[in-house]
Amino acid sequence: MELVFFIEVLAGGLLAGVMYALVALGFVLIYKASGVFNFAQGSMVFFAALTFVSLTERGWNFWLALIATLAVMVLLAVATERMVLRPLVNQAPITLFMATIGLAFVLEGLSQLLWGSQPHGLELGIPDVPMEWLSRKWNVNISQFDLFAAFVAGALVAVLALLFQKTRIGRALRAVADDHQAALAVGIPLQHIWAIVWAVAGFVALVAGVMWGVRNGVQYALTFVALKALPVLILGGFESILGAIIGGLIIGAGEKLAEVYLGPYVGGGIESWFAYVIALLFLLVRPEGLFGEKHIDRV
Amino acid sequence: MLYREAGQFKSTYAEDQQIFPIRQDRIALAVFLAFALLVVPVIGNQYWLGALLTPFLIFSLAALGLNILTGYAGQLSLGTAAFMAVGAFMAYNFVLRVPGIPILLAFVLAGICAAAVGIVFGLPSLRIKGFYLAVATLACQFFVLWALQKFGWFSNHSTSGVITAQQIVILGYAFDTPARKYLLTLGVVAVMALAAKNLMRSETGRAFMAVRDMDVAASVIGIPMMRTKLLAFAISSFYCGVAGALHAFCYLGTVEPEAYSLDLSFRILFMIIIGGVGSILGAFLGAAFITLFPIFLSLASSWVNDLFGVEISHAVVSNLESIIFGGLIIFFLIVEPQGLARLWQITKEKLRLWPFPH
Repeated sequence: MELVFFIEVLAGGLLAGVMYALVALGFVLIYKASGVFNFAQGSMVFFAALTFVSLTERGWNFWLALIATLAVMVLLAVATERMVLRPLVNQAPITLFMATIGLAFVLEGLSQLLWGSQPHGLELGIPDVPMEWLSRKWNVNISQFDLFAAFVAGALVAVLALLFQKTRIGRALRAVADDHQAALAVGIPLQHIWAIVWAVAGFVALVAGVMWGVRNGVQYALTFVALKALPVLILGGFESILGAIIGGLIIGAGEKLAEVYLGPYVGGGIESWFAYVIALLFLLVRPEGLFGEKHIDRV
Repeated sequence: MLYREAGQFKSTYAEDQQIFPIRQDRIALAVFLAFALLVVPVIGNQYWLGALLTPFLIFSLAALGLNILTGYAGQLSLGTAAFMAVGAFMAYNFVLRVPGIPILLAFVLAGICAAAVGIVFGLPSLRIKGFYLAVATLACQFFVLWALQKFGWFSNHSTSGVITAQQIVILGYAFDTPARKYLLTLGVVAVMALAAKNLMRSETGRAFMAVRDMDVAASVIGIPMMRTKLLAFAISSFYCGVAGALHAFCYLGTVEPEAYSLDLSFRILFMIIIGGVGSILGAFLGAAFITLFPIFLSLASSWVNDLFGVEISHAVVSNLESIIFGGLIIFFLIVEPQGLARLWQITKEKLRLWPFPH
């Protein structure tokens, strides 16, 4: 009985971790390719989800709305590259980081100005209830939607891996991530690459936004999922897609287990900071995260 | 013509090393301080003093604290609001639990508590850097707020978690009106700003800057890394803690832990970015900009109302505000990444040469 309960908590945590990883992926993509720590990722998730849900509520077909939202995200990526990144080329990382916080403000205001600020529900036709046969046979409650989310995340990572490893664009992306100047020198158009990366990150934000929207409803609080993704990010390492997934799983499982087994001793509510503590402990051993690139300091 | 240092000869080392080497700077500062100290409390009304100037000064102090850590020692922190919360709640508890404690001593002790918390959460900085560290300081932000809400001792077991700051009495003189609270805040901020300005010219300050510019090189030339980084965290948190105590006692009066959310940390980070990273003056300029800007925006929206007779709904205004705010931040970063303080410096350099171009 104890073991079954443990497995249930662990599985729930792992699947929640997948949801964190979905958000963290967007951060990793942009950091890898442009070295920008994009704080606006949470707002992009919110913006994408709100646009998508508003379009479907206006009677648009699911796929049509998805494609339209994707087009909006691509536009946003191009605009960001033009108006924010290009003028700030070669600035200190903290300046770029601050610019993305400014971008987050703009996106939050813009999305609520366009679509209103009332919360929306989102239905994909996949019930967010425990699967019956599992709970009957093993007494383990795992939501069908969670499994679906895990599947989507897996597919997303597979597609991204293919994109990065097997295509011309992917090779250019990796080159830019390695060394901006060298990439420029061999004739890779830096600006195009950045626009593409931001568009891909927008796509990831859309997927994450839809998933989180089904789970919690599309509302302003969606911007805070970025805060959940940050410990995942530092645990996994800023530069690693695999790290985002593994980090998400560790954080998700650790958080849930701590809440259930440790929470009662300190009075509960530790979910808000426990993820950060796990990440910190990992960082003390490996300062660049699990899969981050090792930095060698030279004077 | 007016701003020129020609003819001001330094004949002693003391003169050569004073904080404000140019006479015009000293005069301007003295006039400015005298104006803030003597004239403003008389001409300012309740609203100006209580709702604009006092918070401006308090946020300047917090921004100054963050600037010591981020601007001078190069350690990015997102936990500023948490240190302010520690200061606010500990000052409340010192006044509550130690009978007859002088209030300024309580502020200092609260600042020291914040410094202790800062040292604990600064420990990871010895091992991790950059954005990893920034995210790690978020742990501090969430943990401190959680602890303040979870353990009733901090809020004297009030059911809502809200504390009401006690009255400020110094040597039998009650600081109870906005004007008096403003004066107290001004005094504390002026003294601490001067101390910070001085500290940054000392060996400690130079060690901070060496660590900021390149910590490996700094440790190679013999700057103790652990001591310097932790000292930066301690001093910065001390400033933030005192700012938090002032925030509770002189500005809000009643505070809850939620007042010190991540949002506030970001606001203070904005202040130093817009004002100028690594500049004492920048902290003040940035704080002025961030506190006054929303007020200006809401004023502007009411003007639009009057002029065009278009009623703008509150939701639209607040969304527009956030768009303009974000846009302006990006704009400022593009136009002058070094912040307002740098603009002021350029102006001064131009003034020294005026009317000649070179």
